[in-house]
Amino acid sequence: MILYLISVGLSVTMGLMGFVNLAHGVFAMLGGYVTVTLMNRFGVPFLVAVVTGCFLVAAIGFVLERMLYRHLYGRSELDQVLFSFGLILVSVAIVRIVWGPLAQPIRLPEYLKGQVEIFAVTMPAYRLALVGFGTAVIAGLWLIFDRTLFGARIRAAVDNRAMAQSIGINTNRLFAAAFGLGTGLAALGGGLGADILAIAPAYPLQYIVYFLIVVAVGGLGSIKGPFIAALAIGLSDTACRYFLPEVGSIFIFAFVFFVLIWRPNGIVERH
Amino acid sequence: MAAVSSQPIDGNAPLSFMRLLTLLPWMVVAALPLALPGYEPLATQVFVMILFALSLDLLVGYAGIVTLGHAGLFGVGGYTAGILSVHGVTDPIFTAVCAMLLAAITGLTFGVAMLRTKGLTLLMLTMASAFLLYEIANKATSVTGGEDGLQGVSFTPLLGLFAFDFRGKTAFFYSLTALFLTFIFVRALIKSPFGWSLRGIRENDTRMVAIGCPIMRRRLIVYVISSALAGLAGALQTQSTQFVALYSLSFELSGNILIMLILGGSGRLYGSFVGVPVFMFAQDQLAKQDPANWFLGQGLILIAMVMLAPGGILGVAQRIIGAVKVRGRA
Amino acid sequence: MMETATLETRDLSCFFGSNLVISDVNFMLRPGDRRALIGPNGAGKTTFVNLLTGRLQASSGKVLLDSEDITQLGEARRIRLGIGRTFQITSLFPGMTVRENVFLAVAECEGIARKLFRSVFYHRPQVARADELVDRVGLSDVAHVPAQLLPYGRQRLLEIAVALALRPKILLLDEPAAGIPTAESHVILDIIETMPKEIAVLLIDHDMDLVFRFAQQITVLVQGSILVEGAPQDIATDPRVREVYLGDRKHGRPAAA
Repeated sequence: MILYLISVGLSVTMGLMGFVNLAHGVFAMLGGYVTVTLMNRFGVPFLVAVVTGCFLVAAIGFVLERMLYRHLYGRSELDQVLFSFGLILVSVAIVRIVWGPLAQPIRLPEYLKGQVEIFAVTMPAYRLALVGFGTAVIAGLWLIFDRTLFGARIRAAVDNRAMAQSIGINTNRLFAAAFGLGTGLAALGGGLGADILAIAPAYPLQYIVYFLIVVAVGGLGSIKGPFIAALAIGLSDTACRYFLPEVGSIFIFAFVFFVLIWRPNGIVERH
Repeated sequence: MAAVSSQPIDGNAPLSFMRLLTLLPWMVVAALPLALPGYEPLATQVFVMILFALSLDLLVGYAGIVTLGHAGLFGVGGYTAGILSVHGVTDPIFTAVCAMLLAAITGLTFGVAMLRTKGLTLLMLTMASAFLLYEIANKATSVTGGEDGLQGVSFTPLLGLFAFDFRGKTAFFYSLTALFLTFIFVRALIKSPFGWSLRGIRENDTRMVAIGCPIMRRRLIVYVISSALAGLAGALQTQSTQFVALYSLSFELSGNILIMLILGGSGRLYGSFVGVPVFMFAQDQLAKQDPANWFLGQGLILIAMVMLAPGGILGVAQRIIGAVKVRGRA
Repeated sequence: MMETATLETRDLSCFFGSNLVISDVNFMLRPGDRRALIGPNGAGKTTFVNLLTGRLQASSGKVLLDSEDITQLGEARRIRLGIGRTFQITSLFPGMTVRENVFLAVAECEGIARKLFRSVFYHRPQVARADELVDRVGLSDVAHVPAQLLPYGRQRLLEIAVALALRPKILLLDEPAAGIPTAESHVILDIIETMPKEIAVLLIDHDMDLVFRFAQQITVLVQGSILVEGAPQDIATDPRVREVYLGDRKHGRPAAA
């Protein structure tokens, strides 16, 4: 579910701007660092810290889009890959200098620890909360994209940027806002998921392939697709750990290959 | 009206003066052990990486296939050579050929699945393929040595005459020769109709289809060739260091080799030759103090390059030379 | 030595989503034909060409080349069987020179594109043919200029050279003169004149002057179906065609004299 939270932002920004942004994991990581620092240094409660991290990172994302990303929209895929890779390296270095190389400890609030019983199945409360959050987010996003003017504008701009501009939509601001939304969501995922995906400098490099998998398998630009993909990956990962612990992540990668051979554009094709 | 062709028809005079001139740097480098003894192991590393970067350039610079998983093929080559030697097959040339073969097969297998896709999906699949191989090597500890790396790798003397010693002279000439042969091969490939068609695919693949080009087949062929060469580089690495570990399959290496290539300039034959030494020198200087500084430096240089100097060092050089020429004429 | 072929469609239809964009088209192009395809914007002309070359898959119906069903074949395969086309929106290899652009097509056509081990310039006959084609469309003076630096009109000429390089038996020209002033469009006609008489040429364009100078037969496509086919003078005086192009009389607008 964390994968979904983080990756849906990537799906949106990539579908919208067509920009190959490998550095998406950086924003999730930053969200995690802000959350953890607020909690550990300043004693801020978990949820508040997470939400603060979310908005802070969204703001950073907004600024970065206007200052840097914007100039690279027309560039080749290689250039975009190199740029975002460079961004990853820079952020990894900065984070390492400021916070040190070790993983950040996180203490989950009491109400998220322990087990919960639902329909005679016991599950860790934390995981349940994550699932709940994921569902809330997808519902919220669907509301935004389907019901609000902002969402409609984004959909228009994704379909045809030039047309959208000619009917008066300020695509520059729209893109910046959408990018902020995407990075904010990533930060949300990073902060919430800090217990599962540990917050350490290697975060963006370690997990980028998973975010990309979720987006590619789910389908670029879609909101439902990554949800299904993340769910599928999460379930198969758990099943694997249960039945074939030796195989581990090998299965996920092989699984991804097969899915993409079957549907090269992702499960939910948008364009 | 007769067709006017102002470009001379070249490539058919085997020993022209220009050709001899391009051999000169190679001869200089080959004389290195005389001038700077003790640097052979480092030079060998450089040669191996240049070979690796050349194989990547075929994909990135010419065919337009961006991959962040090329270390997967490098590692397959490296581990093949290593595992064979541990099990008693120790002739260097034979194991190198086996490594190339296995890497080519790996490239073919993944390529068939991956090359139908493009853009982000392709990029992700290249990463996933390397991660897959990494995890397999990680788990198969009994065969690969896992995290500790493969122990007990050794090779019999090259051609029965030249032993691989820790002074590294054999490895030096061995890898230099392999690099030279690869260079000749890649240069011929680039100048061939096949090489030109690769550029066409990179520039406009839909138009290539509309002139009847079987693009999937072409891309697959170049991917297999590139994989074989990457595998050769990996085998050379194992043979010269008598060791192979998970780093050879890592995402970090895939990223590094891409940066090395871009630094020099992709799509230019000599880009690898420039980028690799510069990168390795910078890495040596900066990473010693604090790895964080090295990452920072790398990242900043990458960003600066993308925004200011997309052609890499050779691209900048080209523009300077072009500007100088214009001044000269003015 | 030029081979010829007949291109035919039977009941060809194509849906975009729920829109029927090409509807039951029966069309035949024979060796030596000089046919123009005209119709109002949005009639589906480029879509039709895409269906012929295989860029688009038909929803139903058949495409036949010399009575062989090629409907299931992909685009590259059909091109190699002898169908050549130019694109309405210029589609060239931008960073490569004029000469290189044409050579790529020559290489594919003559089967040397797979060759790995010899330099391009070793293949003298193919290089010569590429140079000759560049000359034929009048681009010899810019042979070494990258395609993206050419002025638009000359890019259109390069488009034609690339298509000709394929030695097509059937040539489909999609608005070759688009963006070229009428006064200069004779260049296109001159080039078509140099083509072997046995090949079939289908021209799509809005420049009626060019169309009427070129065509021996005209097909009028309206909203995805063929309205009428015939000789130029018949089409020019056909009231249905005038109606489609010049306005609906029912709404009280007089047709032009």
